Amino acid sequence: MKELPVFLLDGAEVPYRPGQSVLQAALAAGHYIPHLCYHPDFQPHGSCRVCTAKVNGHTVASCTTMADSAVEVESDTEELDDLRRTLVQMLFAEGNHFCPSCEKSGNCGLQALGYDLGVMTAGFRHLFPDRPVDASHPDFLLDFNRCILCELCVRASREVDGKNVFSLAGRGITKHLIVNSQSGRLVDSEIALSDKAAEVCPVGVILRKRIGFVTPIGQRRFDRSPISKQALEDAPRTGAGCDD
Amino acid sequence: MTEPAIRKLRVATTSLAGCFGCHMSFLDIDERLFDLLDKIEFDRSPLTDIKTCGPCDIGIVEGGICNAENVHVLREFRANCKILIAIGACAVTGGLPAQRNHLDLGQCLQEVYVTEPSVTDGMIPNDPELPLPLDKVHPLHEVVSIDYFIPGCPPSADAIWKFLTDLIEGRTPKLGYGLIQYD
Repeated sequence: MKELPVFLLDGAEVPYRPGQSVLQAALAAGHYIPHLCYHPDFQPHGSCRVCTAKVNGHTVASCTTMADSAVEVESDTEELDDLRRTLVQMLFAEGNHFCPSCEKSGNCGLQALGYDLGVMTAGFRHLFPDRPVDASHPDFLLDFNRCILCELCVRASREVDGKNVFSLAGRGITKHLIVNSQSGRLVDSEIALSDKAAEVCPVGVILRKRIGFVTPIGQRRFDRSPISKQALEDAPRTGAGCDD
Repeated sequence: MTEPAIRKLRVATTSLAGCFGCHMSFLDIDERLFDLLDKIEFDRSPLTDIKTCGPCDIGIVEGGICNAENVHVLREFRANCKILIAIGACAVTGGLPAQRNHLDLGQCLQEVYVTEPSVTDGMIPNDPELPLPLDKVHPLHEVVSIDYFIPGCPPSADAIWKFLTDLIEGRTPKLGYGLIQYD
């Protein structure tokens, strides 16, 4: 097995395979960089900016920056965690994230990230937007109040399901998730229970009906261990299974 | 020679647009209350039934701001408390009462007191003693400056205990994994 090239992350050598992003290589080597819209199964999106790191002194999204032995990356710093906290706070203030009544609570990526970063308040003025839900589909509830525009459902539907059920429309603060159907309602779309898009939502937007609150408090995903630990456990390893 | 008595910290608590669940969770620290009472004494609080807040070291406010009286009480707390803590989902985010924020207040009152099918001869309460509801429900930090936030619905007794003991003993309060919760 050939020795892999390395780059420096917070002073530690991180091996990478050519084509891996800084975030992928870091996670694979057991170094956590907080992230939200990145998912190992999909093309990186670079939109949430939670994985922002300093690469050779420039702040960039580490999910869309290629690993390279010429780069030196800073991630685990109070300055960057402050920026990440602010991003998470803005997401909480922008939507209607009422965790106590949300079916996704305990299994929610945004909430778990808030816990991990120590976010105690949204801080900003809450916008309380008016976003009606779409309960038209017999198997799914769409609660747009919690959408963080990560496009994971859009990517899953397009890249895995080959359906394009979801898309983002609008610009800036008016940007929102839409359903690709004649009526705009989920019931008239091609979504199916077996779709990747149906289970990929990190927050409580795309919810399977009739299974809400099925897992008791204390046994939910992020009750068991913090998101930073699970992200490392779930990350594909660079060393293991490396065939070159 | 006897050691000089250490002055107890004076603490005020109140529930605004909340359900008293955070106060119940506070009482859930159980026998640790005795340890706490060695170090603090209560000013205005549902536990003492004192009605106005005097000069305090720590103010703990549960619930969001949904009416004019809430604003008055919160300002009284801010004016009198060196450290003001927002406790619980409603104080931190607006919480359950804020779920009305995308509805028209007039229509809400009309439906609850007049047109709701079980109501006969209903009317919207108009006693001048009743505090006027605000158009929207606000988290505390939108009305006064808040020093610390303890999220949770309610925060667990252990979270409240950890937070208060950190604060009282002069450490920066820090809730780690398992104690920070939003639900």
